[in-house]
Amino acid sequence: MKYIYLDHSATTPINKEVLKAMRPYLGENFGNPSSLHYFGQKARKGVEDAREKIANFLNCKNDEVFFTSGATESNNLAIFGLIKKIRKQNKDRKLHIITSVIEHPAVLEVFDQLKKEGIEVSYLPVTKNGLVLEDDLKKAIKSETLLVSIMYVNNEVGTIQPIAEIGKLLEEINKKRTPEEKIYFHTDAVQAANYCDCKVSYLGVDMLSFSGHKIYGPKGVGALYVKKGTPISAIVYGGHQEQSLRSGTENVAGIVGMAKAIEMIGKKDNLKIRKLRDEVAKKLLAKIPDAIYNGDREKRIPSNANFCFKNVEGESILLMLDMEGIAISTGSACSSGSLKPSHVLLAMGVPQEVSHGSVRITLGKENTKEEIQKLIKALPPIIKKLREMSPIK
Amino acid sequence: MVQALYTKKVMEHFKKPHNQGVIKDATIVGESGNPLCGDVMKLYIKIDKKKIKGKETEYIKDIKFETLGCAAAIATSSMITDLVKGKPIDEADNVTKANIADSLGGLPPIKLHCSVLAVEALHKALKEYKTKK
Repeated sequence: MKYIYLDHSATTPINKEVLKAMRPYLGENFGNPSSLHYFGQKARKGVEDAREKIANFLNCKNDEVFFTSGATESNNLAIFGLIKKIRKQNKDRKLHIITSVIEHPAVLEVFDQLKKEGIEVSYLPVTKNGLVLEDDLKKAIKSETLLVSIMYVNNEVGTIQPIAEIGKLLEEINKKRTPEEKIYFHTDAVQAANYCDCKVSYLGVDMLSFSGHKIYGPKGVGALYVKKGTPISAIVYGGHQEQSLRSGTENVAGIVGMAKAIEMIGKKDNLKIRKLRDEVAKKLLAKIPDAIYNGDREKRIPSNANFCFKNVEGESILLMLDMEGIAISTGSACSSGSLKPSHVLLAMGVPQEVSHGSVRITLGKENTKEEIQKLIKALPPIIKKLREMSPIK
Repeated sequence: MVQALYTKKVMEHFKKPHNQGVIKDATIVGESGNPLCGDVMKLYIKIDKKKIKGKETEYIKDIKFETLGCAAAIATSSMITDLVKGKPIDEADNVTKANIADSLGGLPPIKLHCSVLAVEALHKALKEYKTKK
């Protein structure tokens, strides 16, 4: 059976050019970048060339890019690292931090942890289209506010958050505050890197997280941009790599691969992907009754289509499509490992019983029209079959 | 992956559920679960009498299910119908959630509640039948 992959927000296949760029660093260029000899320096060059490519992409200085094991670590380092440094400077300072209710758990659970430690946390709501409103942020800001962390693109519904607008708003607010009162701005840009402008000067962010494996690069590698002058402490200790902010021997091949992947991000793919996605949305909504299209129709990345099908359960849809060789994902509670339905859909006001029937289809640059046609053909009878099985009609 | 968590038996029952459907003239109907939790099970049971070991015995002549839920919910529904079909009702009443999970070659811990729902629907129906009598 030929398998069709439509789950690119989970991870992407490694691009051939990326793999080619990585190979020497898994072979002859195996040195430790911290070693002063030939082998070490060969690896060091790979890491530093990669840093430069990423700095170009982000439009920042090379020494503002820190390599990590992925976006989860980048988010943890950004948020815990800032709080740790500020507490070191003044342990009695009252702190308030702000995030949104639709963040990935890699941010949400960091905030939950800090809340348990006694820091005041505000969670911004979203509209029914899955967007954070600047006005809600304005209302949430207090004199003690230290950090705002809002994702650039939501991983479930693909909505693009107004990061540049929030950046400008915070810049204005910070003008009226002393340097000690500055509100720092972090964004998790993991789902945005393929499609959105990630220039940090445009976004007005102090910290930005992303990873390799969502952009046709390798897993287990990511980066954190930290603007010069941002107070931040390390959260792991050891060999003083990455200016002592992130100890541990660099994942050289991963770093080289991630940089190559960034270099290859192409705008021309976006149009093709958008066309296919729009076809999926149009046809499935026409063919399947009681279907809801989740998330703003305009302010979303071109690859994402997210639906709720009433009176069916997402995991059953996923498994039945898998049997036909089509890979998608679901926000259903049953497949989450936690038995909790999608916090994103619930935050958007989707009724809980409806949220169980959610399906996320995320396209990539290798998908073809034929593959999309197969999905459009395969899904409606699956929904019909499951609905026939259901006692609730 | 989710599927890897399920045994071959669970996937077989999910792919081709046994006794799925409705019995229009069912003697009794048992329901469990809640749409808010994403699982709803309904068992349609037809009870009849026949002589077993020379004794007139009430037994489950036919049983069908309707289920809204995940693969485990559908597989446990299918399995419970297999386990009790043709059995005297007292025997059917003794089926436990462990019987269902074992017959399926085991369930992931997080899905054990599906086997609970299945026995709940059955026991509710049989209890109602006995009190009605």
